[in-house]
Amino acid sequence: MSQSLNRIAAMTARYYYILRSSWLRLLEIVYWPAMQMLVWGFLYTYLYDSKSAMASTAGLLLGAVLLWDVLFRGQLGFTFTFLEEIWSRNLANLMMSPLQPFELAASLMLMSLIRLVIGTLPVLLLTFVLFGFNVFAMGPGLILFFLNLVLTSWAIGLVIAGLVIRQGFGAESLAYSIMIVLLPLCCVYYPVAALPLWLHPVAWSLTPTYVFEGMRAVLLDGSFRTDLMLECLALNAVYLGIGFTTFVALLHSARHKGGLLTMGE
Amino acid sequence: MSRIERFLPRRHLTPVSPNATPAQDHAPVSPADDEAPAIAVEDLCKQYRSHWAVDDVNFIVPKGWTVGLLGGNGAGKTTTIAMIMGLIVPSFGRAMVLGHDMATERHKVLGRMNFESPYVALPGRLTVRQNLTVFGRLYGVADLKARIEELIEDFELGDVLDRVTGRLSAGQKTRVAIAKALINDPDVLLLDEPTASLDPDRAEWVRSRLTAYQKRRRATILLSSHNMTEVEQLCDFVVIMSHGRVVAMGRPAELAERFKCRDLDEVFIYLARVA
Repeated sequence: MSQSLNRIAAMTARYYYILRSSWLRLLEIVYWPAMQMLVWGFLYTYLYDSKSAMASTAGLLLGAVLLWDVLFRGQLGFTFTFLEEIWSRNLANLMMSPLQPFELAASLMLMSLIRLVIGTLPVLLLTFVLFGFNVFAMGPGLILFFLNLVLTSWAIGLVIAGLVIRQGFGAESLAYSIMIVLLPLCCVYYPVAALPLWLHPVAWSLTPTYVFEGMRAVLLDGSFRTDLMLECLALNAVYLGIGFTTFVALLHSARHKGGLLTMGE
Repeated sequence: MSRIERFLPRRHLTPVSPNATPAQDHAPVSPADDEAPAIAVEDLCKQYRSHWAVDDVNFIVPKGWTVGLLGGNGAGKTTTIAMIMGLIVPSFGRAMVLGHDMATERHKVLGRMNFESPYVALPGRLTVRQNLTVFGRLYGVADLKARIEELIEDFELGDVLDRVTGRLSAGQKTRVAIAKALINDPDVLLLDEPTASLDPDRAEWVRSRLTAYQKRRRATILLSSHNMTEVEQLCDFVVIMSHGRVVAMGRPAELAERFKCRDLDEVFIYLARVA
C-alpha cells in the first residue's frame, strides 16, 4: 500500500514539475475559464440590469457556466495530463515500471483536481469581484455539485485515455470534442423538461443533468435536492467503474495490438 | 548442419542449458530463482493481420549473461524485446523473465527489470534530477539520493543534472536514459541500440560502464545492436534474427567460424543477404 502511494506521489510530482516548468502553462489553465467567464459575466450584468423577464435567470446562466467549466476543465485536466506521456514518448517507460494502471489513474485524478483548483478559484473570485455573483451562496450543496462533476470528468477522462492508448493520436481530438456531445443532452442551461420527451431518459442517464437540475432547484426555489445528488453519486460510482474497466481493457487491447513501445512516434 | 538454421526443428534452436556458465564466472542473481533462466523465450510468435513479425522464436538467456539480439531492420528484434518486456502480448508462445510469464505476471518482476530504447524518451520538460527522482520513486529505490549520486558519478551527469532533459545533446540524453535504466539496479536489463547516437569514444565509454555494472551486479543483459564490434565486445552469446525468425545463434567467435567469416560483421551481412 505504501509503495502504491509512493508511486502515485511520484507521478503527481512528475506532473507538478511539468506544470511549474512554464508560467505560460499555468496562465493557460486560468486564461480560458477567465475569458469565458468575462463574456458570460457581461451578459449576466446586462440581463440583470435590464429588469426584463430574463433578469431572474441571469444567475442561473452564470452558475451553469461555472459548473459546466468544472466538468469541462476537470476532463481536460485529466486527459491533457495523460497526453503529456504520449507527447513526450514516455508511456513505455511507465508501462515498464512497477506503476499499476490504477496508480496512474489516481495520479491523473489528483492532477486534474490540482489543475481545476488553480483554474477555478481565480475565476470564482473574478466573478464575485466583477459581477457580484457569489457561487458559494449555493451553500454546502456546492461541494456535492463540484464532487459529482469532477467524478464524471474523471470517468470520461479514463475512457479517452484508454482510447488514445488503443488508437493512438487519432483519438486525441476526443479530448476536446467529447464534452460538446454532452452539452445539449445534460441540460446545462435549460431544464430537462425543455427536451423532447424521448430524450428524457438519455438526459437522466447523464450525471451532469442531476447537478444542473440540482443547481436550478437551489437558485430558483432555494431547496437542495438531496435525492438528486445521491442518485448522481451512485451513477457516478457506476460510471467511474466502467471508465476504469474500459481504460484497463483498452490498455490490454493495446498490448495485443502492439504499439505501446513506439507510441508518440 | 545447415547454414541457415531456420530450417531446423525449433527445439534445436534453444542455445544453451540454463545451467551453463558464460565466459566470465558469474553466480546466480538470486538463490530463490536458481531454477529459472533470466529470460526464456518459448515458441514466441506475433502476428499482425497476415504478417508474422515474430515467427516461432526460441532462446534462453541464463542469469549473468549478456546476449545480443541481432538482425536487420524489420527482423523482429524490437517486437521480440517488447514481448519480453510485456508491452506486447504474443500471439502464440510466451516470454518468461525470472520465471514469470510477461503476458500475465509482469507486475511480479517489473521492479527487477529495466530498459532503454531509442523509441522511448524521458520527459523532456523535466530536469535530469527530476527524471531520475521520479523513476527512482516509481521503482521504490531505497536511499534514492545515494543511488542518484552514484549514477551521477558513474555517468558523469553532474554538469547536466539540473538541465532540462529535452535540451540535452543526443549523447547526453543517451547517458541519462541509461542512468534511468540502471536506477533500480535491475537484475535484467534490456537495451535497444544503447550506443546508436553516440560518437565512438562515448560509445566505448558507455560500453565500459555497462560492463562494469554487469560485473558488479552480475546482471543479465539482452542487447539489440547494429554495431557488431560492440556485440563482440559485450556479448557472451548472440541470437541473429531475420524476417521474424532466428536464423543463427552461438558465441560470436563460434558463429564466425561456423559461417567461415572473419568476424560477426561478415556473419551479419551474410545472413542478411541469404536468410
